[in-house]
Amino acid sequence: MTLLAVRGLHAGYGQGDVLQGIDLEVAPGGVTSVLGANGAGKTTFLRAICGLVKRTGEIHFAGRRIDTLATEDIARLGIAHVPDGRGTFTSLTVEENLRLGAYVRRDPGVPRDMAQMYEYFPRLFERRTQQAGTLSGGEQQMLAISRALMSRPKLLVLDEPSFGLAPLVTQEIFRIMRNINETEKLAILIVEQNAQLALELSNHACVIETGSVVAQGTPDFLRTDEALRRAYLGY
Amino acid sequence: MDGFLNQVLAGLASGGIYASLALALVMIYQATHLVNFAQGELAMFSTYLAWAMVRAGFPYLLAFVATLAVSFVAGAAIERIVIRRLAHAPVLSIVITFIALMLIFNSLAGFLFGTDIQTFPSPFVDSDAFPRPYMSAHELGILVVTLLVVLLLYAFFRFTSLGLALRAVADNPSSSRLVGIRVGWMLALGWGLSAAVGAIAGMLVAPIVFLEPNMMAGVQLYAFAAALVGGIDNPAGAVLGGFIVGVLENLLGAYWIGTELKLTVALVLIVLVLIVKPSGLLGRTAVSRV
Repeated sequence: MTLLAVRGLHAGYGQGDVLQGIDLEVAPGGVTSVLGANGAGKTTFLRAICGLVKRTGEIHFAGRRIDTLATEDIARLGIAHVPDGRGTFTSLTVEENLRLGAYVRRDPGVPRDMAQMYEYFPRLFERRTQQAGTLSGGEQQMLAISRALMSRPKLLVLDEPSFGLAPLVTQEIFRIMRNINETEKLAILIVEQNAQLALELSNHACVIETGSVVAQGTPDFLRTDEALRRAYLGY
Repeated sequence: MDGFLNQVLAGLASGGIYASLALALVMIYQATHLVNFAQGELAMFSTYLAWAMVRAGFPYLLAFVATLAVSFVAGAAIERIVIRRLAHAPVLSIVITFIALMLIFNSLAGFLFGTDIQTFPSPFVDSDAFPRPYMSAHELGILVVTLLVVLLLYAFFRFTSLGLALRAVADNPSSSRLVGIRVGWMLALGWGLSAAVGAIAGMLVAPIVFLEPNMMAGVQLYAFAAALVGGIDNPAGAVLGGFIVGVLENLLGAYWIGTELKLTVALVLIVLVLIVKPSGLLGRTAVSRV
């Protein structure tokens, strides 16, 4: 049983494909990380899953084919994407950002989930009436993740959550991600420049180079392969 | 002194009309960063619809509501059928399309309803029971309706989840898609709302300027000035700008430059704002890193 299955995915921005046929599976409840150098196609891969770039190939999610669907319909099926740059609604308040996360939900559990987010990230509660654009980078990342969680997704897609953040803030965010993964059994697909950090959180990982998957397996497998580690993981 | 007060109040009344049309302009600008040059002509066309219904014997209120509904649907349809297809077109193509729409509605109105000047009824009739020394009943009516429209729009955008979604689309369309908002429908909704608000402006101004295909030309110019003065990306600014432009126009016209140069006030204002403070009174200054 797989939650997300990607087969032969090609995608790009008009002039040639960035992705050259990606195959990947994400198990329910698992954390899968996508590693690779700058420009390897990691962000494009995530954007292709959510229909933010033109793509060909097959993507199945929770038993449905989604590569022909529009971004908003993919989101409605339960994929919550935290894009690179965080995608904050900067002119809206923190609370409005969270309400938008639950935009497609019609169940009465929204206020309870919002309280849960404020519990995960007390700083968001302090700033709930503030314009989101006035938040620090770390707070905006917390807000972006919380907004994604507010949709009660089946799969959380994170694009470089540590980008531009202080190490302490990054650690706090990763600690909460692990907590949510363990308690809620929420599947996570994560692209991360900090390979060490990502591997600690993951139970499956793949390495992308120039638009193709060059290696995948358990974090231990990737860590022990000397050549892989030096070439792609950077330590 | 009474004369001065008269001029200020009359200015506020016409300011209400400019504010409504400016609000319609700003709603589309916020969501798409486009200035709809056809806004005034759409409003004029809507007013003709109301006029035709009243002439056919409909009560005013029914004609008013039906006109709002038809304008809403027409505005949304224009977005879905025409504007949508230009989403990735160069700015110049879009500007040309707006100008084409403007001329199409202008000549279509002349073709369908004739170019003769028509009187348009006001629902606000002067009566001796409520003497208003400084304003006509219609001017007071304009102010009340404008404030009502502003309040309703504020409540809609501030307190409903649909209003929140519209603001989200204006703020960040791509993130809006990621939370499941159907951005295309929201843009159509924005156009529909803006056409309906424009129709209100048209029906309010028609009893004063009389109904003919070019009746909105001046009003649209003032509305542009109002939107720019207040800040083209700020609805509150558009309303404030509308009242400022209305009062300024009336006072300058009455005491200084006379009626011949009244319209020039709008143009001078537009140029001045663009040179001195392009972001307007309440607008955000756009900062981009290079």
